[in-house]
Amino acid sequence: MSDSLTQLTLAEARDGLARKVFSARELALAHIAAVEAVRPLNAFITETPERALAMAAAADDRLAHGQARPLDGVPIAVKDLFCTKGVLTTAASHILDGFRPPYESTVTEKLWQAGAVMLGKTNLDEFGMGSSNMTSHYGPVENPWRRQPGGRAGDNRPLVPGGSSGGSAAAVAARAALAATGTDTGGSIRQPASFCGIVGLKPSYGRCSRWGVIAYASSLDQPGPMTRTVRDAAILLQSMAGHDPKDSTSAPLPVPNYEAALSGDIRGLRIGLPHEYRAPGMPGEIEAVWQQGAEWLRRAGAEPVEISLPHTRYALPAYYIIAPAEASSNLARYDGVRFGLRVEGDNLDEMYELTRAAGFGAEVRRRVLIGTYVLSAGYYDAYYLKAQRVRALIAQDFAAAFTQVDCLLAPTAPSSAFAIGETGDDPVAMYLNDLFTVPASLAGLPAISVPAGRSGDGLPLGLQIIGRPFDEAGVLRAAGVLEDAAQFRDLPGFVAAGRRIRDRDDSHHLRQAGS
Amino acid sequence: MIEGRTGEWETVIGLEVHAQIVSEAKLFSGAATRFGAEPNTQVSPVDAAFPGMLPVINRHCVEQAVKTGLGLDAEINLVSVFDRKNYFYPDLPAGYQISQYLQPVVGHGRIVLDMPDGSTRAIGITRLHLEQDAGKSLHDQHPSLTYVDLNRAGIGLMEIVSEPDLRSAQEAGLYLRKLRSILRYLGTCDGNMDEGSMRCDANVSVRRPGGSFGTRCEIKNVNSVRYVMQAIEYEARRQVELLEEGGAVVQQTRLFDVGRGITRPMRSKEDAHDYRYFPDPDLLPLVLDRDWVDGLRAGLPELPDAKKARFISALGLSPEDAEVLVAEQAPALFFEEVAAGRDAKLAANWVVGDLFAALNRLGCGIERSPVSPAQLGALIDLIADGTISGRLAKDVFAEMVATGADPATIVEQKGLRQVTDSGAIAAAIEAVLAREADKLAEYRAGRDKLYGFFVGQIMKATQGKANPTLVNELLKERLAGQGPA
Amino acid sequence: MALDRAAVAHIAALARIRLAETELAPLADELSQIIDWFEQLSELDTSTVEPMASVAAAGLPMRDDRVSDGNCREAILGNAPRVAPAAAERGFFAVPKVVE
Repeated sequence: MSDSLTQLTLAEARDGLARKVFSARELALAHIAAVEAVRPLNAFITETPERALAMAAAADDRLAHGQARPLDGVPIAVKDLFCTKGVLTTAASHILDGFRPPYESTVTEKLWQAGAVMLGKTNLDEFGMGSSNMTSHYGPVENPWRRQPGGRAGDNRPLVPGGSSGGSAAAVAARAALAATGTDTGGSIRQPASFCGIVGLKPSYGRCSRWGVIAYASSLDQPGPMTRTVRDAAILLQSMAGHDPKDSTSAPLPVPNYEAALSGDIRGLRIGLPHEYRAPGMPGEIEAVWQQGAEWLRRAGAEPVEISLPHTRYALPAYYIIAPAEASSNLARYDGVRFGLRVEGDNLDEMYELTRAAGFGAEVRRRVLIGTYVLSAGYYDAYYLKAQRVRALIAQDFAAAFTQVDCLLAPTAPSSAFAIGETGDDPVAMYLNDLFTVPASLAGLPAISVPAGRSGDGLPLGLQIIGRPFDEAGVLRAAGVLEDAAQFRDLPGFVAAGRRIRDRDDSHHLRQAGS
Repeated sequence: MIEGRTGEWETVIGLEVHAQIVSEAKLFSGAATRFGAEPNTQVSPVDAAFPGMLPVINRHCVEQAVKTGLGLDAEINLVSVFDRKNYFYPDLPAGYQISQYLQPVVGHGRIVLDMPDGSTRAIGITRLHLEQDAGKSLHDQHPSLTYVDLNRAGIGLMEIVSEPDLRSAQEAGLYLRKLRSILRYLGTCDGNMDEGSMRCDANVSVRRPGGSFGTRCEIKNVNSVRYVMQAIEYEARRQVELLEEGGAVVQQTRLFDVGRGITRPMRSKEDAHDYRYFPDPDLLPLVLDRDWVDGLRAGLPELPDAKKARFISALGLSPEDAEVLVAEQAPALFFEEVAAGRDAKLAANWVVGDLFAALNRLGCGIERSPVSPAQLGALIDLIADGTISGRLAKDVFAEMVATGADPATIVEQKGLRQVTDSGAIAAAIEAVLAREADKLAEYRAGRDKLYGFFVGQIMKATQGKANPTLVNELLKERLAGQGPA
Repeated sequence: MALDRAAVAHIAALARIRLAETELAPLADELSQIIDWFEQLSELDTSTVEPMASVAAAGLPMRDDRVSDGNCREAILGNAPRVAPAAAERGFFAVPKVVE
């Protein structure tokens, strides 16, 4: 057990607070310092230390009176796609300059009601569109992990944390936040979790409310927890999930006890290994960690079996038709009239055009244009409607698989974290990062990424468990077993060390990469 | 038919009516819908399309649409879909309108027109769908700015589309009035065209009788029945002239210029309107329960056509009276209350004749009638049981209108009770005949017309209170018998 | 190429995003590559499958007809760009004038 307040897991922090080993205020102070220390990573767009201290004080008050709520005193970071009342919310876009929502998103409201403490708003790919966190108006986020010396000779370049929830992933991995919220549309929680060596869960579509979450693709977006352990993810999900009558797509289903599902017992669990996920050109180490994962689960009593998801390779193009189409419509409201950036024009249309040209980054613009095209007259049937039919086929693939198996094991990403700026000019190349995550998004299934091993360069590699609709409990259970077997306890090169509970020499306040 | 230089032309009209739904809250948000509020005070962040906002449908608005469909004799589609209609305009904050495109909630129906010659003509309804209303853009508040008020944004609308079955401006007027009447009977829309709660777009084209459909122009947002008719007449003639000169009608959207009485093209770039319809991913398909729809059907009020038919067949009213009475629901219900347990024709005469005349004179609607149905009924009862004569009842009615008092009270206060005492009448007859002895002689000599004169004098002598039947009976007897000369 | 410069200009106009002349050709190139990549979907026979518009299987939930929102003008106007104080004072948003 670490002796630093920022090295705790959420479960350990909860325990420490309950046993009065430390106070919520101490926990908050340690993390506020860590948030400052982690600035070189650019993981946060807005820091909210005063609010954090006020919330911590309220938590301490409740803890003192024996009225503890499930997350009392837990310092978390919030992806800047969640509207937080009165606090700058940007979607990492220039077009939302200065936007202070007059309302709080349902998910974050539930977290504050549960006693959690807000450290700040994390950086992301603009409007959730990206797999690298390089498209943010506020600059790229750096992965706290770097390639190990001795790997690719002298390659010490900064790496991407993945995206779009890159800031949340980096903050959690660098120990600046105990946990964070993310959103996942095509892999935006799972892939950065894999790149940063943390746990990231995308719940079933409809499990968590989208009300107050800035929309990218309405039929795909799903808020979820990003944490250091599976247990932490279960705890955080418990407070995030639930039916919301303000969201018509919210599932009217009760929330089971997710922590109680972590029995560690997966005997007899049938685990499907989709053979189409063995992509050509996939690095050998990904294949290796996947097989290792299957072996771990088998040793724990599960039955791995190869299954087929025949339409897998069409998931990516289908996703990149559907998501941009919905986005092109969802982003039409950013027009300079009621909030955010406004660039004046000689007439109304000019104002719209100049505002949106100045306000949207290149990737957002690309997707809005693609989306507009695939919905436009003459192309709707061939693209959008076709993609929705392909989506149905992909969902059918999973449904068929789930008649033979209980969950699936797959890699999360086709590579480890790449260097910032590495991917070059091919627009499609970046999209291929989402190969393993997009199918579960299209089918609305719960899926989690768990750190399972390290690449030859020493970078984290994640494994993904995909489950039946609304079987987050089963997914978490299997993930817990995987996590136990993998024993991934490594810290990234860049860790923000916060205050220690015992007085110690603090000269080693910050450990930089390579030291 | 329009008589052109080169022959006859038939006008073909289809009407799209946008009817604002009567409800407390908006279609997809909880903001209020009442007319006339201060700008932007009835706006939810959902209506203003703030980031992260989501729509949730108002059950009552769905009910209103289904009831309207049932009232239009239309198919109710138990599964329908909401689509986004994407375009940019300041009064459309999301950059799209939530509407229904391929699968509307209501399908084919019809409206029956009551033609002036007494015949009926059925006009097809293509569909009815639910959609959001837009906000208001005010272009006249500032030299270089348009002001935007989103109070109206998100209010529920029913778009009701007719088949292109209308053939004249007159028919269009009849259609709109009938539709408005049905909506008001159902309580689903108040049909108030000058407040904008009911708006009409007219699609107009012309063709040779028996020929194929011509190219149509759409005249948008006309806000009175009269203007719709004027616009159609103008537009049809414009197209005929154009075609007769060898030109072609260009499909375009036009506005009706009320001041000049003409239609003219709109300035916006029409080709830019590719609406890119797709099913709204924030909303699931609307699925209605058949039993629920049947329940709504069973609870519908009696509609104008059925009521009119019943007034004619069961109550014996003339078609003209029946039609006048059912045009609006309030007068029809007023009449029904008066007629209950009474002579329906008599009741109709009083309502359509005396009451309507009085209301017209006062400039008020039947909702604020100074005379209640119970009071009018009581007046009719007083005539029926002989308490007062029909002639004096008119005076009593005038007093009721002026003071709101009950008829019985007025009769007593003014001593208007009919005189039915034979003795008193006989005495009055004697007195008149004695006074008018020379006229009596003329009558006996053959001037029969003087009978009426005698009756008049007798009524005058009794301040109009003598029972006319008795007067006739006794006077005839008296004149028949030789009596004093 | 799936898209030429004119097509890109048209789409950008629909989407109300101003593009510089010099951007048209490179964008046409980029977008065409993406659209060409979509072509592989035509390999699939989807004639027997319905488009999947939503993962959620149920019908649309409905709410009661109650006024529960609105009457919050400051919140509604509070984030508007400060371009027309006179309009804001009277409670309106303002945009460059539209000619009908």
